Amino acid sequence: MSHVSNYNPSSGIEKWLDKRLPIIRMSADFMDFPTPKNLNYWYTFGAILAVCLVIQIITGIVLAMHYTPHTDMAFQSVEHIMRDVNYGWLLRYIHANGASMFFLAVYIHMFRGLYYGSYKEPREVVWMLGVVIFLLMMATAFMGYVLPWGQMSYWGATVITNLFSAIPVVGESIRTLLWGGFSVDNPTLNRFFSLHYLLPFAIFGVVALHIWAFHTSGNNNPSGVEIKDVKKDAVPFHPYYTVKDGFAIVVFLILFAAFVFFNPNGLGHPDNYIEANPLSTPAHIVPEWYFLPFYAMLRAITFDVGPISSKLGGVLVMFSSILILFVLPWLDTSKVRSMRYRPVAKLWFVLFVIACIALGYLGGKPAEGIYVMWAQIATAYYFAFFLIILPLLGILETPKPLPRSISESVLHRSAKPESSAAPGAPAAAE
Amino acid sequence: MTTSDMSDDGEPTRRDFIHIFGAATAAAGAGAVLWPLVHQMNPDASVLALSTKEVDLSAVPEGQAIKVMWQGKPVFIRHRTPAEIEEAKSVAIAQLKDPVARNANLSGTEEATDENIVTGASGEAHEPWLILVGVCTHLGCIPLGTSAGESRGDFGGWFCPCHGSHYDLAGRIRKGPAPENLLVPPYQFVTDTVVKIG
Amino acid sequence: MKAMTITKTLIAVLAAAAASQAVALAAGGGEKHPEHQHWHFSGPFGTYDPNALQRGYQVYETVCSNCHSLNYVAFRNLGQKGGPFYLESCPEGFPDNVDCSNPNDNPIVKALADKYKYQVTDGPDDTGEMFQRAALPSDSIPAPYANEQLARMANNNALPPDLSLITKARGGGPDYVYSLLTGYEEAPSTVQLAPGQYYNPYFPGDMAQAMKPEYMHDGHPVEGVTVPPGGVLSMAPPLADGIVEYGDGSPQTVEQYAKDVTEFLMWAAEPKMEARKALGVMSIIYLVILAGILYWSYRKVWADQH
Repeated sequence: MSHVSNYNPSSGIEKWLDKRLPIIRMSADFMDFPTPKNLNYWYTFGAILAVCLVIQIITGIVLAMHYTPHTDMAFQSVEHIMRDVNYGWLLRYIHANGASMFFLAVYIHMFRGLYYGSYKEPREVVWMLGVVIFLLMMATAFMGYVLPWGQMSYWGATVITNLFSAIPVVGESIRTLLWGGFSVDNPTLNRFFSLHYLLPFAIFGVVALHIWAFHTSGNNNPSGVEIKDVKKDAVPFHPYYTVKDGFAIVVFLILFAAFVFFNPNGLGHPDNYIEANPLSTPAHIVPEWYFLPFYAMLRAITFDVGPISSKLGGVLVMFSSILILFVLPWLDTSKVRSMRYRPVAKLWFVLFVIACIALGYLGGKPAEGIYVMWAQIATAYYFAFFLIILPLLGILETPKPLPRSISESVLHRSAKPESSAAPGAPAAAE
Repeated sequence: MTTSDMSDDGEPTRRDFIHIFGAATAAAGAGAVLWPLVHQMNPDASVLALSTKEVDLSAVPEGQAIKVMWQGKPVFIRHRTPAEIEEAKSVAIAQLKDPVARNANLSGTEEATDENIVTGASGEAHEPWLILVGVCTHLGCIPLGTSAGESRGDFGGWFCPCHGSHYDLAGRIRKGPAPENLLVPPYQFVTDTVVKIG
Repeated sequence: MKAMTITKTLIAVLAAAAASQAVALAAGGGEKHPEHQHWHFSGPFGTYDPNALQRGYQVYETVCSNCHSLNYVAFRNLGQKGGPFYLESCPEGFPDNVDCSNPNDNPIVKALADKYKYQVTDGPDDTGEMFQRAALPSDSIPAPYANEQLARMANNNALPPDLSLITKARGGGPDYVYSLLTGYEEAPSTVQLAPGQYYNPYFPGDMAQAMKPEYMHDGHPVEGVTVPPGGVLSMAPPLADGIVEYGDGSPQTVEQYAKDVTEFLMWAAEPKMEARKALGVMSIIYLVILAGILYWSYRKVWADQH
C-alpha cells in the first residue's frame, strides 16, 4: 500500500535536493503515511520499542567509554561507573532496566500481533523480521548481562554456552569455539563485549526493514480489515499517531523512571553484585525475568525421547519455541485476522498468554517436584497452540461477521461500546 | 508538517498552543537529558582525587632537572645553578615573544620576569627551583632538555623536537612556532625540599 | 459452536487442577525471613542519616574491618556529598583557600585515612623498593588481608566477604544484614556444631547436615524432630553491648550497632541513592506533566475524528 507522494518541494534547495537525494520526500511520505484510524494503545508499542532501542544504544555507547572488558577489571569498572563517573549510576541503571523495559514492550508488541493476526498475509515478512529482531535482542541481552562479570553473569554464560554442547558430534567443538578456552574466561568476555556492541546496530538495520515491510503492506488494525477508502478509513501518521505514540511513550517512560530511580535493582538478582567466582556456583541460578519462560521450557524436558537425550531435547524445545514463530503465518489457517471476530480462538489465546506467564513463573522456581510437571503442561500447551489449535480452529470455528470497512467498525463500536479493545481483556467481555 | 491545525495564513491559532507547548516541554526534557550524557565525559571523582602530588626535591642536585607525572602530564623541575639564574634574569622583557608569565599561582597578567615565573602559591620566589608543565605550548609535545644529554636548544632551557621551539632557562619561548611561555602549575612548598603540585 | 464448548470445558478443568495444586505448593524450610526494619533511607523520599552513617563507620572501623574489606570505598568517599563526614564548609581556623567540601581536603577524612599508618603499599621508590605509607584520601580503605589465601588462613578457611556491596548482594538487603547481626542464637540441642562454627537462623544453609546423627534417619529427621531454620557460619557473633564507644550518647547496644553499621553499609553499596531519588522525583513530576500536556494535545488532534 505504498501511497502517492504528497510532497511538493517548495524552495529551490529542496527541489535541487529532491532530484539528487529525495530524503525530505521520504521523511514527508513517512509522516504522511495513511494509517488506519482505529489503532488502539496496543499499537503504540512499536514506537515505544523504537525509543527503547535508541535509549539502549545511546546509554550503551556512553557506558562503553568507562567499562573495561577484562575479567580482572570488569566488575571493578562497573563499580567505578556507579561510584565515580559523573551520572554513571544513572546511565548504568537506565541501561540495565532499559533491557527489562525493552523486553516488556516487545512481549506486549508480540502478543498484540498474535491477537490481531498481524502475521497473516500480506504481512508474513513483517512478522518474520520481527522474530529476527527478537532473536537478536535475546542474544544482545544475554551477552550484555555477562559484561558486569558478577556471579549470575558468569554462571549464566556458563549454562547458556553449555547448551550448545548438547548438539551431537560438533557440540563440544562449538562450545570451545564460543569460549575461546576451556571455560568461560577472558576471551569469552572480550568477544561478548564486541558482539554486544555490534548487535544493536544489526537490530537497528532489521528494524528499518521491519518498518519498510509494513509500509509496503500497510498497517494491520484491530478490525483486521484492510483500508478500503483512504479518506474514510485512514488518517495521516502525523499528527494523529505521532501525538498518540508520543503520549504513550511518555506514560511508558513514567514506569521506566519508577524502576530506574526508585527500584533500580528490583528486577536484577542480588548475586550479580558478587564478583564472578569460577570456583563456586550460586545456589539458584536464574536468568533475567525476560528469559524465564524459555528457561522453564528448557528444564521441562526431563526425559529422553528415543535417541534424543533430555539435555538435547530441552535445547531443541527451547529453540523451537522461537523458531516455530517463523512458520506461524502458515500454521494459522483462519481467513479472519483479528481475534475480535474469532470468539473461540480468543479463549485459546487467553490461555496461551496465561501459559506464557506461568512458564515465566515456573522458570524462576527450582526445577523439582510439581513445578516440573506444570512446566511440562505449559510447554505442551505452548506448542499445541501453534501446531494443533490454530490450524484446527481455522476449520472448526465460526467467526463473527466482519465489518465491511474500518470506518464501519469504528462507528459500530462507538454506537455500542465494548468494554475494551485490549487483547487481554476481551475474555471478560464474552 | 501537515497543516491540519493551522489557520489559512499558516499562523498558529489558539488551538495550536497546546501542541507547541507539548513539543517545547518535550524538547526541554530532551535538553535536560543531554547534560548527563555530556557530563559523564568530564573527569570523574577518582581522577579528581589524584589532582595533587607531593615531590621530594632533596635528591635533585644543582644543574639537573627531573620530570614528574602530574595529571597525566610531565612537570619539569629544574634545580638551577646561580649562573643559570643570572642568565635568566638578564633577559629584557622586550626580547620575549610572549611577555606574560603564564603562572597559575599569580593572576596571569604579570610580566614574564624570572621572579614572576619561580613564584609559587605562597607568593615567595624559590629562585633555584624552576617548576613548569612540560608540554610545548605549540601542539603538546614534550620538549627535550630535562635529562642529561638531551638538546637544550639555543637558549639553554628546553627544545621541542616536533616543530623546533626553543625555551630559555625560565621556560620562556624564544624561537620557533610556540605562542606562549611554558605554563607554571599551581604549587606550594610544604617544606624547603618538598613541593606540592596541584 | 462445538469448538466453544470444548474450549470452555477444558479451561474449567485446568483451572480446577491449578487451584488444587496451589495448595500443595505451599511448603516450608530454608532460613528465617529477615525481620523487616524501618530504615531512614527507605521509601521514595528516604535519605541517609549522617549521624547513623558516622556511628556506622565507627562500628565498621572498630569491629568489622578486622576481618572484612571494603574495597570499593575510598576514604574520599566518606567526605563526598551525602557521605558520613561531608563538610559544607571548613571548621574555624582553616585558611580561606582550602575547600573542605572537596573530600580530598576534608580534615576528618584526612585524619581517618592517616590512622592507617604503613598500610598502603606504594612505589617503587628511587631505589627500586616498594614502601609502606599512610593512607591518603584518594586510597581505598586498606583491606585487612593482603589476599584471599591469607584471609582464609586467618579465619578457619572461611573467606570474610567484602562488604562494599553486601546490602545489595544478599536477598533481603539491609534487613538481612541487620537480622544476621542481631539474630545469633544458641544452637538447638539437636544440632552438633564443630569448633569455630556458629548457628544463625537467618543464614542460608542446610541445617540437616549439622543435625546430630541420632536425630536423623536416611537424610530425614526422625519423628518429632524438625530441622531448625537457618545455617552454620564461621563468623562469631561480632557485636556485643558496649564494645564501641559512641560520642553522641546513642545507646551502645547490639541492636543500635547493627542498625548503624547496616545503614553505613547500605550507603557504602549505594552512595548515590540520595541524588538518585531526588532526580527521580523531579523526573516523574516532569513526565506526568508532559503526559498531561500530550494527552490534551492528543485529544485536540483527534477531535475531528471522534
